[in-house]
Amino acid sequence: MREAGVPGLGKDLIGLEGLAGETIRAILDTAEPFKEISERQIKKVPVLRGKTIVNLFFEPSTRTRISFEFAEKRLGADTVNISSSGSSVVKGETLVDTARNLEAMRIDMVVIRHGSSGAAKFLADRIPSNVINGGDGRHEHPTQALLDMLTLRDRLGRIDGLRVCIVGDIVHSRVARSNIFGLQAMGAEVAVCGPRSLIPLGIEALGVSVFPHIEDAIEWADALNVLRLQLERMDAGFVPSLREYNRVFGVSNARLARAPRETVVLHPGPMNRGVEIDSDVADGPQSVILPQVTNGVAVRMAVLYLLAGGRPELAEDAKRGSS
Amino acid sequence: MSERVWIHGGRVVDPSQGLDGPADLIIEDGRIADIGGGLEAPADAVSIDASGLVVAPGFIDLHVHFREPGGEHKETIASGAHAAVAGGFTTVWAMPNTDPPIDDPAAVGFVKAAGEAAGGARVMPIGAATIGQKGEQMTEIGELVAAGAVAVSDDGGPVANSGLMRRLLEYTQSFGIAVLQHSEDIQLALGAVMNEGPVATALGLRGMPNCAEAVMVARDAMLSELTGGHLHVCHVSARQSVEQLRLARDKGLRVTSEVTPHHLILTDELVRGYNTEAKVNPPLRTAADVEAVRQALVDGVIDVIATDHAPHHYEEKEREFDDAPFGINGLETAFGLSMKALVEPGHLTLSDLIDRMSCRPARIMGLASGSLRREAPADIVLLAPDESWTVEPTQFVSKSRNTPIAGWNLPGRIRRTLVAGATRFEREAGE
Ligand SMILES: [Zn+2]
Repeated sequence: MREAGVPGLGKDLIGLEGLAGETIRAILDTAEPFKEISERQIKKVPVLRGKTIVNLFFEPSTRTRISFEFAEKRLGADTVNISSSGSSVVKGETLVDTARNLEAMRIDMVVIRHGSSGAAKFLADRIPSNVINGGDGRHEHPTQALLDMLTLRDRLGRIDGLRVCIVGDIVHSRVARSNIFGLQAMGAEVAVCGPRSLIPLGIEALGVSVFPHIEDAIEWADALNVLRLQLERMDAGFVPSLREYNRVFGVSNARLARAPRETVVLHPGPMNRGVEIDSDVADGPQSVILPQVTNGVAVRMAVLYLLAGGRPELAEDAKRGSS
Repeated sequence: MSERVWIHGGRVVDPSQGLDGPADLIIEDGRIADIGGGLEAPADAVSIDASGLVVAPGFIDLHVHFREPGGEHKETIASGAHAAVAGGFTTVWAMPNTDPPIDDPAAVGFVKAAGEAAGGARVMPIGAATIGQKGEQMTEIGELVAAGAVAVSDDGGPVANSGLMRRLLEYTQSFGIAVLQHSEDIQLALGAVMNEGPVATALGLRGMPNCAEAVMVARDAMLSELTGGHLHVCHVSARQSVEQLRLARDKGLRVTSEVTPHHLILTDELVRGYNTEAKVNPPLRTAADVEAVRQALVDGVIDVIATDHAPHHYEEKEREFDDAPFGINGLETAFGLSMKALVEPGHLTLSDLIDRMSCRPARIMGLASGSLRREAPADIVLLAPDESWTVEPTQFVSKSRNTPIAGWNLPGRIRRTLVAGATRFEREAGE
């Protein structure tokens, strides 16, 4: 079993829960030199040349898959995409059989996106390849939280001591969980805001405070991470209508204008403009939504590189050596 | 045939008669013929040396799931009946949620006959409360009872409709049987796969709150109060359900209840890591709930221990947590796990435990067994309460090996089980 080049990072990246701040910092630092590669004419550093990576997407997710695919290609890996909107890659095949097949094919790394919480760990426990969780059910989406933190750090210069409020559908959100665990490990204060029907009971046990009113959250926070409101939540009776949701919890410029500071606004995408976030916010100066997309590729390059055994201090050299 | 059996030299613990001390037993024609100190061996008697062992009335489990018909790869009536005697049980009540469900007299007769043919524990069929267990139309309960059903239940799920539950609690009174209820408000438990709380939140799994159970316990207790029918609440797991049961007892209602060994000791912390072996319905709850159901059993607010033995094939458990089936294989670990949960920490004496596993189930359901008094069926278990052993699921007699306590060291070993005076299971010391 390969050892990752960062202490505290094991064979896989399943979640940020339990990762130390220094481990997360090392990943973010490793992402820095990779950011610059994406700006070049030839966007490749062949540190993963000869490695095979499978992107195993049981749920449709264009943006995460494309971000991983760019990251893999820019590192010179051979990639295969396996997508299925159903519950199994080959009809009727169980996840345990998928794992056995991947093992037999001697794949180096697997990125998995799956609708069931725990699916990434399930796979990681059964194959020797490195497994990266690209989002499992409502559990975690660690690379999303890493790119959110990298973007915050870029904009505000630090994470330690920041106040970050996650806004919206917390109960169904893997992005929320990864951000809570990651931000806390990095020394930030985390709160959540949304209708109580979309906030898990007892979330305070995770060290998170709850704002019932968006105005109070905006007053408190240095940054808002605004989550997408899935349209299904309305049908399931969590909120009565999107219109009311926008009125009560929507992040608008009018609301942001009353903040005592320049609030940074993140959104993991895809956005429902006019529901959880107004267009003038999304496209405005406080939004870091496009830098998030750019950083997504860099963070994923860093994770792939480190899990493959790369050392963080060598990322800079790897970049230089290839130019 | 009048085969005699002489069980001698043991410590007889029979809470139904307040007995705990050295005594011998003589069995004749499958019944207890004599019990007392220094009984001579009758001529031609089979001799069973019980020295160093506890001799107790065989355990009675009011809640098992044998998967026949429809799920024979998990358990058959025969394999279940043998797993039962390996766990010290001489009588088991089999839930009707098979495929198809046991909702007509022929099906009841099938379970009864297969149980008799198995040569393990006595298998008593529970009839479905509603046709197809769909919760719509009552089964022909009189016919089911005539065919051998001992109670009715839609377990696997609840009887959700309040009006129908009322009619069931009324109609069953003509036949002197209880309605066994799996208490779960479906809407409050929608899509849930574990207990609602911090562990579910951290794991991103859908949780069911305690009140999904307790609201139905409260409703059904009121329906029992209204109708006078015998409500038996299955597998109590939540502390708020205990409050409702305490109220029902204080009012003197005909409400009885059971708790499983796993709910007496395990918590939802065991689910961490997406351990599907700990996926069970009702779910493992918190330490406060464990404490409450344990205390309720001690106080008599909860009457008995029942296993909710729910065998599943290992492949079915080896999958995504959301998709794995609910259930724990319980018959062969029930005594040891209950010893560890209750007797070892001093909450109950061994005699109290035997009471909760044998005498009380017989008493609340009006069975002749669960006692070693003269004329009672010679359903007997020989126990080595101090012998510790390791749970090794591959050694289970059950066809399945789904348990979250594999590798646990448990006190209390079953050494021999007799049904109607015949030895149906035997194990050497240390085996
Ligand atoms: Zn049940």
